[in-house]
Amino acid sequence: METRNIMIVGVGGQGSLLASKLLGHLLVEQGYDVKVSEVHGMSQRGGSVVTYVRYGDKVYSPIIDKGEADIIVSFELLEAARWLEYLKPGGQIVTSTQQTDPMPVITGAAAYPQDLVNKMKDAGAKVDALDCLALAEEAGSSKAVNLVLMGRLSHYFDFPEEVWKETIAAVVPRQFIDLNIKAFELGKEHIEELNNGKVLSERD
Amino acid sequence: MLGNAAAARGLYEAGCGFVSSYPGTPSTEITEEAAKYNEIYAEWAPNEKVAMEAAFGASLAGTRSFCGMKHVGLNVAADPLFTVSYTGVNAGMVIGVADDAGMHSSQNEQDSRHYARSAKIPMLEPSDSAEALAFAKLAYELSEQFDTPVLLKMCTRVAHSQSIVETSERAEAPRRPYVKNIAKNVMTPANAIKRHPFVEERMARLAEWAETADIDRVESGTDSSVGIITSSTSYQYVKEVCGDRFPVLKLGMIWPLPEKKIRDFAASVSSLVVVEELDGFVETFVRELGLSCKGKEAFPQLGEFSQNLVAEKLGLAAHTGKALEEVLPGRPPVMCAGCPHRGLFYVLSKNKCTVLGDIGCYTLGAAPPLSSIEMTLCMGASVSATHGFNKALGAESEGRTVAVIGDSTFMHSGMTGLANIAYNQSNSTVIILDNSITGMTGHQQNPTTGYNIKGEPAGKIDLEALCRAMGFARVRVVDPYDLKACDAAVKEELAAAEPSVIISRRPCALLKYVKHKAPLRVDPEKCIGCKSCMRIGCPAVAIKDGKAHVDATLCVGCGVCSQLCPADAFESTGKEA
Repeated sequence: METRNIMIVGVGGQGSLLASKLLGHLLVEQGYDVKVSEVHGMSQRGGSVVTYVRYGDKVYSPIIDKGEADIIVSFELLEAARWLEYLKPGGQIVTSTQQTDPMPVITGAAAYPQDLVNKMKDAGAKVDALDCLALAEEAGSSKAVNLVLMGRLSHYFDFPEEVWKETIAAVVPRQFIDLNIKAFELGKEHIEELNNGKVLSERD
Repeated sequence: MLGNAAAARGLYEAGCGFVSSYPGTPSTEITEEAAKYNEIYAEWAPNEKVAMEAAFGASLAGTRSFCGMKHVGLNVAADPLFTVSYTGVNAGMVIGVADDAGMHSSQNEQDSRHYARSAKIPMLEPSDSAEALAFAKLAYELSEQFDTPVLLKMCTRVAHSQSIVETSERAEAPRRPYVKNIAKNVMTPANAIKRHPFVEERMARLAEWAETADIDRVESGTDSSVGIITSSTSYQYVKEVCGDRFPVLKLGMIWPLPEKKIRDFAASVSSLVVVEELDGFVETFVRELGLSCKGKEAFPQLGEFSQNLVAEKLGLAAHTGKALEEVLPGRPPVMCAGCPHRGLFYVLSKNKCTVLGDIGCYTLGAAPPLSSIEMTLCMGASVSATHGFNKALGAESEGRTVAVIGDSTFMHSGMTGLANIAYNQSNSTVIILDNSITGMTGHQQNPTTGYNIKGEPAGKIDLEALCRAMGFARVRVVDPYDLKACDAAVKEELAAAEPSVIISRRPCALLKYVKHKAPLRVDPEKCIGCKSCMRIGCPAVAIKDGKAHVDATLCVGCGVCSQLCPADAFESTGKEA
């Protein structure tokens, strides 16, 4: 098979490393050649962060370049927009509608862009946007946004639900398994609404 | 497995028994992972020079050893590096160095391969995790066979990428007996002059070894109009773009290089292209052989490569995507909510201090709105440069200039600069930002924290006693959450007629043991919208609809913002996190 490319983007500290760990673990278990590339250090301090996950029969480059991502998973709306150029033409964005002001917005040097979901759609992307923070809180912790997103993402793979849940059980600490599975299920079930044509509004 | 974890696995399987390193992105996890193996003694040393000398000592004693560092760390350790090349080793000694093309977390973009050539030490360069593991093991074999330390060169994309590896059992390396050998190990001029020919002859033998070694291999291609010489992560980009189209000479040992193999490869293709990040290191060697090739006139010397860049430079089709047309606000890294450095930098900014900075999270004190730091160079330079700055400008500077340096950086290279202030008597003020951890690289212990790499109790250096012992009569400790106390300390110590040290002490807000207060909230009735609280650049505080607003998911209740509020609008939510 041709190599498939998943980018996970967000703000440093939001939990993208756990998301890529889960995905990498799952894909290795499914027998693929997998490469996951992360950035550590300075940019983790509240900066824009990106993790690349690539899988297929044989993967060479550890990174994903412009125009190559099949799916961009985003913890934050502005970050989804920032990395849009990395999406394949007609590719899929799976994003939380969470908005975290970057420092230039906090200091008043810039404004947070409006209507990003529609702008990304206008640019040719398929966008699946959901308030993952609210669902994570419903699951029991605002830190479980990554699992809500994974639940959402699971719809774009052909793996049975059990495979995802087994991966969660294998990767997260035991005391958080139930919470994370609940967050995964909440993210997963909400896509049914999308498929039924219900409108998912952006927060604010 | 992460590239760095794979390198650590290689150390383990090779029977390595001693690891001493100083943390530095992207090298840190090699040592962190090595410390998880009970068979390996691992430690954080105060700096890279100490780490390399300790690793040499262990090698001399007969235990396979390792020291790891980032590219700029190798500069610190360059002194032992050049001479351990002469002494050679007893048990195998491997030096891990990780470059950071693209400067994800570094102050420069230097190419460590030059060290291999100038120090006359072989360097292996893995291109993925499997090779990181295999090359670490091979490095020990080469080290002992050729009586040389061996450099294992990582880069960000190899160090911090995960790919599949196959592990095997550890092969214990029996301790090699230590034998006193003054001619080999005491590098006086008389002895060193006899070792130098050995070094040259050793490198010639290693070059000969490389001619037949699998580690430098030719991969055939269907189109020999172009032959590509490459290594490391550049090899992955080439294969991604070209597949099996062009023949590739894939170099696993980047120094010394195999002359005949390169000549034969050149003869088998119509034209040569060298694909390598940063400097034209291999290209220079190829040209020295009298071969013509395409290199840095096409491929940049700056930053990282990628598959699109390699495709474009080879004249092949690259992928393109579509960006939004509008300019999006950037998201630079920021000090975390509750970061203890914030309060202190606010005070320095308010007092219009000239701040000479250092390497660590607190370098973010140079970013708006604090915009406080005016100089950052290398580990320890804040202290030494402040001395020079004050000597050059005299009293006018001494009354407003401070050095800021973290606890770990102070242990690394700040102490010697402090000794210079004490000895040569500039009236300088040094602020040690003691957050009780090495923060930027991800929370490593250091000699001031009282814990070792495994989190076990260890020796603890008393910063106050150390500074006093160096001759500083004025040493005081402040809590950076207390703006009034910080302000008084800065004003008084700058005004004092003798050198001084201020220790700004509070643990990093991200440390797990740190208990946070309940998040704050703003009473919109009281808030007058003056934006005083925005001057500290806290990511948890924003202005919404003209009033201050606290993001309760980020706020840790440090209270620095509330000390700036003229209307007393901040209040506790009362809910402990």
